Amino acid sequence: MRINKSRAMVALAVTAIALGACGSSTSSSDAKTATDAAALGGLDKLVEAAKKEGTLNVIALPPDWANYGQIIEGFTAKYGIKVVSDQPDGSSADEITAAKNNKGTDAAPDVFDLGVNVALANTDIFAPYKVANWADIPDNLKDPTGLWFADYAGFVSIGCDVGKVALPATMADLLKPEYKGMVALNGDPTQASAGYHGVVLASLANGGSADDLAPGVEFFKKLNDAGNLLPVDPSPATIKSGQTPCVIDWEYNNAAQTAALAGTIDWKVSIPSDAPPVAAYYLQAVNKDAPHPAAARLWMEYIYSPEGSNGWLKGFARPATLAAMIKNGTVDQAALDALSVAAGTPVVLTQDQIKNGQEGLKSSWTFITIE
Amino acid sequence: MSASVHGSGRGRRMARWLILILVMGYLLVPLLSMVEFSTRGPKGSDGSYTRTAEYWIAITQNDELIGTIFLNLGIALLTVLGMVALLVTTMTWSYLRVPRMRRVIEFLCLLPLAIPAVVLVVGIAPIYRELRVNISSSPLLLSLVYLVLVLPYAYRSIDGGLRSVDVNTLADAARSLGAGWARVMFQIIFPNIRTAILGASVLSVALVLGEYTISSLLSYRTFQVVIYAIGKRDGSIAVAVSFAALLFVFVLLIVIARFGGGRSGAQAAEED
Amino acid sequence: MTQPAGTPATSGVPAGGPGTGLAPSEAGGRRPRRISPYVGLLPFFIYISIFLLLPTLIVVVGAFQDAAGSFTMANIEAVFADPAYRDAFGRSIQLSITTAIAGAFLGALLAWAVAGGNPGGWLRQSVIAASGVLAQFGGVMLAFAFLATFGFGGMLTGVFEDILGKESALGSGNWLYSMIGLTIVYTFFQIPLMLIVFLPSIDGLRQEWWDASASLGGSTWSYWRHIAGPMLAPTFLGATLLLFTNAFAAYATAAALISQGSPLITLQIRRAMTSEVILGQENVGKALALGMIVIVSVVMLAYIVVQRRTSKWMR
Repeated sequence: MRINKSRAMVALAVTAIALGACGSSTSSSDAKTATDAAALGGLDKLVEAAKKEGTLNVIALPPDWANYGQIIEGFTAKYGIKVVSDQPDGSSADEITAAKNNKGTDAAPDVFDLGVNVALANTDIFAPYKVANWADIPDNLKDPTGLWFADYAGFVSIGCDVGKVALPATMADLLKPEYKGMVALNGDPTQASAGYHGVVLASLANGGSADDLAPGVEFFKKLNDAGNLLPVDPSPATIKSGQTPCVIDWEYNNAAQTAALAGTIDWKVSIPSDAPPVAAYYLQAVNKDAPHPAAARLWMEYIYSPEGSNGWLKGFARPATLAAMIKNGTVDQAALDALSVAAGTPVVLTQDQIKNGQEGLKSSWTFITIE
Repeated sequence: MSASVHGSGRGRRMARWLILILVMGYLLVPLLSMVEFSTRGPKGSDGSYTRTAEYWIAITQNDELIGTIFLNLGIALLTVLGMVALLVTTMTWSYLRVPRMRRVIEFLCLLPLAIPAVVLVVGIAPIYRELRVNISSSPLLLSLVYLVLVLPYAYRSIDGGLRSVDVNTLADAARSLGAGWARVMFQIIFPNIRTAILGASVLSVALVLGEYTISSLLSYRTFQVVIYAIGKRDGSIAVAVSFAALLFVFVLLIVIARFGGGRSGAQAAEED
Repeated sequence: MTQPAGTPATSGVPAGGPGTGLAPSEAGGRRPRRISPYVGLLPFFIYISIFLLLPTLIVVVGAFQDAAGSFTMANIEAVFADPAYRDAFGRSIQLSITTAIAGAFLGALLAWAVAGGNPGGWLRQSVIAASGVLAQFGGVMLAFAFLATFGFGGMLTGVFEDILGKESALGSGNWLYSMIGLTIVYTFFQIPLMLIVFLPSIDGLRQEWWDASASLGGSTWSYWRHIAGPMLAPTFLGATLLLFTNAFAAYATAAALISQGSPLITLQIRRAMTSEVILGQENVGKALALGMIVIVSVVMLAYIVVQRRTSKWMR
């Protein structure tokens, strides 16, 4: 009796394995090493494999940051894949930490959205992948092998509660006495990318360059001495309460506040005109040890498709494929028109420029301190 | 007894009450502000604020917050279990069998005071990385390092308890009646230091509920980390839940002090 | 031993196992004991080694390593050379000294006031319980408490705005971000710690000494000057040192309040560990941590010395 039973079990098991192998030609291990959708047999096969995985782990994507909330919803609606959004308030460094700490588990992030510094320092945990419209991403915004690629950028902007004070047109305006105790910079420049690029913008507005941040630090020192600069980190709470009536931050963050506070606070956004617009791209990458490799790659295909990228546009961020979308006519014109006007050629810092600037900043950004 | 040591003249009593009012005032004003801030509604027609309970109610509607409250209570429970299983048994064992090591244990238990949590987390991050990969990614694992943080305070409490009970006489008596060492420890000594264990446990719960440094720098979402994140979105809710947590532990401490153990609460607190 | 030799280990009790640290042979109380009782301490020592000693070692060793892992003094040099770090140490030490002294005096006064009351009374129990909570409790909640008081839209900020005007430091809501503001916040959690640590000493002042002093014609002043003062001085000093350590090591309160700039050493460590702009600073962070360990160890050593002297008195 027993022998028959176990033989039956073995037969059953072998059949199951055979069936499983015959099933789809895409298994998870294929997806793990696929460098583009073609390697898996086309987008349809990728969708199939991703749906089988059923889940996608994302990290550090606040719903109101570049409209990620809507993008995630769109992805789930289109493919029926559940998106687990971990640590929405996390930083780029937190994403890498989470990947390292959760390596090999189901909770590890599948995809990353990182600041340039952090991304370039951690390419060893990325898997190369090129989306279908890889050519639409400008060459200087992607790694040739596909390890990382720019997703969206924003210009450094000034957002203000125009019910309290006039919207400044230039950085120099912020030094005026009517802005006393009103201006806040998003993030410590030695810690966060948004704050850092705020200093870059100030530097460009005061005779400095992408390589020389000293004038920028000087500007903020003047702002601090005049009593205009607040030692407070702005957040939706501080904006709503009125504690930070003017905020220097990415355009998409400031513009998101305009939408969020419509009706209670009239929050307007401008891109200062006394300097070329400063932009920084965040970079997308696939986790080499993603627990859901097919879903991860499908996510990339989605956010670089017009549907996904227009989502960023609606969130007031400028997608990397914007130029191509305008040419192809796939851009959401209404969303494009809603963006602030930025005159001049955007300045995007290179890796070396960022590296060189940061060291000096650590020693010079000490004037905002407690007395 | 103490009352007369410090005199009971009217002048003295006035001084006492004055100090109490001033210092307790310092301590109570921020707590009152928390209540005021978190119940502030929109400005009424007469220019003063209306009162609202909406932020307090919002606490119950925030799933993640509720989740982390239970998470931290779970971590606290594990920490207390660890404290009893590891610290109390080791201290008792040392008192009974290896008195020479008492000094060493005392030193080790006070050592965490010399290693600030922010320093400890720098060194323990790689260890936790290994733990997360090989054992579990659950925040409950934090109880392992929280026990270290708790050691100095728990030690003082348990030490006080063990000192005040004549451990060796009890042990000798029990042994001569045939009890083994395990029985001596668990059925004789432990019940007699119940108050001290209880005191140490409540301190541990308070510490775990309030811990931010290690969990935030190890990227765990615990109670305090979530409160901080909420504070960025809505200050009033964050203040409300902070006050609720403070109140909870305060009530817990009072209840334990009044009803816990065989001795009066006041004396037990003195053992600290 | 009244137990016959063949009896199983004491009934109803685990005959050994990790929790008890007992070898089976000992649980039954049989002789001879080959396994030394030191074995019972092993679990604790293993635990401490992994979760306290090993991390400390990682910090100390890492402070002398560069990114590749080889020996270097560069991190230590950076700590001494960089004005940002020197200033941070200076400010942290200054803040710690100020709040330790302030907390010590106010806490001692409170302890005296509380000790004079009814030992079983509700006042005493409440104050002790409140101190237990406030001393142990994390900095994030305390930060919010003070933001609700002195911060933007705070309860007292409104009062000061009416009295002193919006331009004044207290009326603007940014007062907390000054040194004085931080001192007030830190002292808040120093006082309860002082109470807990110092109250037993005040309670220990014996009735007889007061009586003796009074019967010899001494006044209150001479009692405090010649008897109670010297008695309490060592504990007071020891407690003050403890308070210094407490403030120096404080992270959560500072982290919750201050996000622009890293004026204190604990915040510099935060920056070294979490910055997304300045990378590769982990080992400098370890060097900073080592600096903290050194300072705190010196203070704790002084504390232990003072404690020893005190315990001699109290016997």
